[in-house]
Order: sequence, then C-alpha cells, then structure tokens
Amino acid sequence: MTLALAVDIGLALLILALAGWTIAVRDTFASVIGLVAYGLLLALVWVRLAAPDVALTEAAIGGGLTGALLISAAARLRRTEAAARAERPGALARTLAAVLAATVTAALVICVLALPDPAPTLAPAAVANLAATGVGNPVTAVLLAYRAMDTLLEAIVVLFALLGVWSLAPDRAWGGYPGPPRHADPDGILAWLARILPPIGIIVGLYIFWIGADLPGGKFQGATILAAMWLLVIGAGLAEPPPVSRTWLRVLLVAGPLVFIAIGFAGSITAGAVLAYPEGYAKPLILAIEIALMPTLVLTLALLVAGAPQRTPPR
Amino acid sequence: MSIALDIFTILAVSAGAFFFFAGTVGLLRFPDPLTRLHALTKADNLGLGLVVMGLLPQAQWPLDTLKLIAIWLFALLAGATVGQLMARAARRRGPTP
Repeated sequence: MTLALAVDIGLALLILALAGWTIAVRDTFASVIGLVAYGLLLALVWVRLAAPDVALTEAAIGGGLTGALLISAAARLRRTEAAARAERPGALARTLAAVLAATVTAALVICVLALPDPAPTLAPAAVANLAATGVGNPVTAVLLAYRAMDTLLEAIVVLFALLGVWSLAPDRAWGGYPGPPRHADPDGILAWLARILPPIGIIVGLYIFWIGADLPGGKFQGATILAAMWLLVIGAGLAEPPPVSRTWLRVLLVAGPLVFIAIGFAGSITAGAVLAYPEGYAKPLILAIEIALMPTLVLTLALLVAGAPQRTPPR
Repeated sequence: MSIALDIFTILAVSAGAFFFFAGTVGLLRFPDPLTRLHALTKADNLGLGLVVMGLLPQAQWPLDTLKLIAIWLFALLAGATVGQLMARAARRRGPTP
C-alpha cells in the first residue's frame, strides 16, 4: 500500500466519521462546527482528486461563508433550542423520515455504481475548444463560455438570497443598517487584526480573482476573501455596513447580473445565440462580465453574513 | 548533501508532528479553557513552525519557500488573535466546568 493511498483512506474515514458526528450531535452549535471542519476536509479531498478549483470554492464558500452564516443562525436559535429539542416527532414521522433518507441514499449509491466505466466526459471537448474562449483555465471556460447560463442564474440566485434575508427586517428598520450594533474595543486585538490583515487579504483576493482566467481561482473565491476582509473590519467595529437603502449599494448589487444579461442578449445579435460571444471577443467580454460581477458578489456575500437590517436608517 | 537535508526534513517534521500530538492530548486532557488554549496555540506555533521548517529544503526557491513561510506567519497571526479572543470570552463567562 502506498503512502498516498493510506492518506486517501484515512481522509475518507475521517470525513465519513465527521459527517456522521455532525448529524448525530444534538447541539446546534457543535453541529455547525462539525460542518465547517467537514467543509475543510472536503476541500482536501478535492485537492486529492486534482480539482483545485472546486477545493478553493469548497474551502471559501462551504467552509467559510456557510459556516459564518450557520454560526450566526445557531446563535439566534440558542434561546429556543431547548424548547425545540423537547419536541420529539412521533414514531410515524421518524419512520417516514428514515425510509425517505434511506431511499435517497440507496438511489444515490445505485446511480454512482451504475455509472459506465470510464465515465462519459466532455473534458477533451472542453480542452480542445479552449483556444476559442481565450482563457487558459478550462474551469473558467466552462463557467463563463460553455455554461454561462448556469453562472448567470447562480449570480441572480445569490442576489435573491440577499433579498430574502433583507425581507426579514422589521418595518421600523427597513432601509437601515444591517446587523446588530457592534461595540468592539477600538484598541482590542480584533481591531488590531482588522487593521493588519485586510491589506494582505485584499491583494490575495484580487490575485485569486485575476488568476482565475488561467489558473485555479476566480471571482467567487476572490469575492469571498474580499467579503471576509470587509466583514472583519465591520465585526471589529472599525466601519459600519452601508444602510440597505443606499443607491450606490443597490446599483452595484444589480450591476453584475445586468452586465451579464446585456452581454448575453447582445450575443444573440452579434454571435447568433444568447450568451454566445462573437469570434475573437470572448476573452474581453468574459473579463467584462467577471469585473462587473466581482463587486456584486463581494457585496452580496458580505451582506448575507451581515444579516437583515436591524437598526433604523439615518435621518 | 541531499541526504542530510532529507534527514533534517524527517527530524523537523516528526518534531512538529509530536507538538501537534502533544497539543491534541492537552486539548483533550487539560481542565479549563485557558490551559486548553495554551496547548492548542503551542501546537499551532511550534508544531506548524517545525513542519514548515522541515519542508523548506524540499520546496522550490523562491516562491514555494516564501509561500510556506507566509502560511506559517498567517497561522501564527490567526492563532494568536483567536486564542486571545477565546480566552477573553472564556474569562468573561467565568469559570465553568
């Protein structure tokens, strides 16, 4: 048995055990921490499967962003947790849930085992046509050229999620500042970190965004890092998140999807299909979409974590 | 020369792994949050530092080497900050079993 295989088997066992623990543990907060650790282990699995793009996204979104969202959700649920735990579903409901879960698991297992070997793949076709898109990273080519529709809908779904969060605001706070007021010590260690880390984090985030054209990286991973830096500054009490009624904020939030849609429809005239790029212009158009989407994503991801408006808008 | 470097790598990474092991034992065995944090931050600082030091001769100069050192420095920064924050939160909440 080679060393690499031993590492893979250990990783697989660890991730299965952690998944089981995350489901079995009763405390919501512990379960969320389990999920974050699970996301980071899953990123390692993607690295072992030679998929660094997916690994970066999993670590940033699956481990980081989802973790932050769930931790704040768990903190809000803390007061009602004991009552929720006291409610026990009836035997019938639990049996039905078990049967449903077992059926889904069995169906997934059968599907995976029934896959033809070697699995059907479009990878050679994707690489063969890479030159036409002008980008060097096949994953970026898939996301913004071959399957641009998916990415467009994804960007819009994230925006709708933010609208969903905002709609939870009480009437008096509508248009106001997201999240609770922060009372952090201006000379505390968090404020110190929020001063020292963002300059580095912003460079790393922009680098990951830019390098996505040719190497693993891209707007989602870069935007998550930039959003995290902003949230660090907000959490340390050094800056306020903007009130949700700000015009510049709303313009930037819709600018990304709008540019994407505009370029997409222009494609139906200039290139004969919606979301198609005219020959020779693929790279600049992809770049334009990425640059327009970047601020939208940073704002959306950060404001998702910042939460619904809870304080009244400024007079 | 390369054998000497390899031996150095094995020794340093093993020492780092030992510190991670000791830190994990401390995390599981120590009685209160502050001592547990102490065990954990030692593992981060010394354990990761030794692992990174051991890997330096194997890494390609300059980019990979500098990246490794940067990773260690960021882990130090994050570990020290989070350790402080958690210790402060633990002290605010008072002694709990």
